[in-house]
Amino acid sequence: MATKTKDVLLNPIFDNNPIALQILGICSALAVTSSLQVSFVMCVALTLVTAFSSMFVSMIRNHIPSSIRIIVQMTIIASLVIVVDQILKAVAYDISKQLSVFVGLIITNCIVMGRAEAYAMKNPPIPSFLDGIGNGLGYSVILLVLAFIRELFGSGKLFGFEILPLASNDGWYVPNGLLLLPPSAFFLIGLFIWALRSWKKSQVEAPEYKIAPNTPKGEVA
Amino acid sequence: MEHLLGLFVRSVFIENMALAFFLGMCTFLAISKKVQAAIGLGIAVIVVLTITVPANNLIYTYLLSEGALTWTGIEGMENVDLSFLGLLSYIGVIAAIVQIMEMFLDKYVPALYNALGVFLPLITVNCAIMGASLFMVERDYDLAESTVFGFGAGVGWALAIIALAGVREKLKYSDVPAGLQGLGITFITVGLMSLGFMSFGGIDL
Repeated sequence: MATKTKDVLLNPIFDNNPIALQILGICSALAVTSSLQVSFVMCVALTLVTAFSSMFVSMIRNHIPSSIRIIVQMTIIASLVIVVDQILKAVAYDISKQLSVFVGLIITNCIVMGRAEAYAMKNPPIPSFLDGIGNGLGYSVILLVLAFIRELFGSGKLFGFEILPLASNDGWYVPNGLLLLPPSAFFLIGLFIWALRSWKKSQVEAPEYKIAPNTPKGEVA
Repeated sequence: MEHLLGLFVRSVFIENMALAFFLGMCTFLAISKKVQAAIGLGIAVIVVLTITVPANNLIYTYLLSEGALTWTGIEGMENVDLSFLGLLSYIGVIAAIVQIMEMFLDKYVPALYNALGVFLPLITVNCAIMGASLFMVERDYDLAESTVFGFGAGVGWALAIIALAGVREKLKYSDVPAGLQGLGITFITVGLMSLGFMSFGGIDL
């Protein structure tokens, strides 16, 4: 039991990462990562919402008719997101302004729905809660790594503090503006997946077409 | 009129839902292996966005925003601010409209229903739909503007997914390093496309 609990909690971080392997929840992963502080708040919010929605869905899983389960799950998730949104507006108004629509978009974030549907509907509340936390952490790892790289090299700062002295403040570092623009997030995630899959070989996707080596001329493979 | 045209061009190219705001990425990456499927999904998204954004706009203006309930004539209603219920109502409206559309198409336009097939239910959880409604509220669009914005955002998203599917259809014949195969190279391709779309940012409207 002890190892099973650990697996449920830790597997999603590298072995079954929601972003890199399950292709879930990419939208917000890309949009909020240009600053470390904002993405940290996003990670905490998403992890909590995933964990609690999985737990609540799991609690009532035996009472939901399967034809309306999506609506029920949506309602639970949406209510939790409203709570998070209101708390953020009250406690950290600036960050909530920066996150703009992306807090609301946690509702349609496929990680939350995906875990509720795939795991919580079939398992008791406590493992579902841990599964939610684990998937939230897997999402957070990618988000924080991306935000770290983008903020450090894009504006020379971490959490808003200057780490690399900027040329505009008599330092030596000229920030790379590209890293603050949307395309860089795509490149970084692509490279991150490459690194992860070079480490965990079993995640490599088989190519659809194999290129035959040294095809003789005039003969199409 | 000119203003609406500008809004349309802006929502299609400059503020492209998929490539500038990363919305609807999950379906964007999952359903872009074949051009045919991408076209079906693209059309479904355009239709749903054009209906849901104005519908949510009406709900926001007449039910949720501060003082919106004044028209009921009930005393004290001008102080009621229900905007915190926004998220719940928008997702409800989207789910309901998608469901109604599915039943309507099934009954009256079976050809289109079969073409869209599995994509219709998928659209409920597509963040581009929800995102467009939230942007509409955040930017204070009126009814006409939100219709144009919804349509434009849909066209932009469809354009992006069809273009990506075209690239991916060719890409499967190329020799990609093992770890980058599949998802990895798709991300890099989307990154390059997004870089290309950034050049529209220079258009001044």
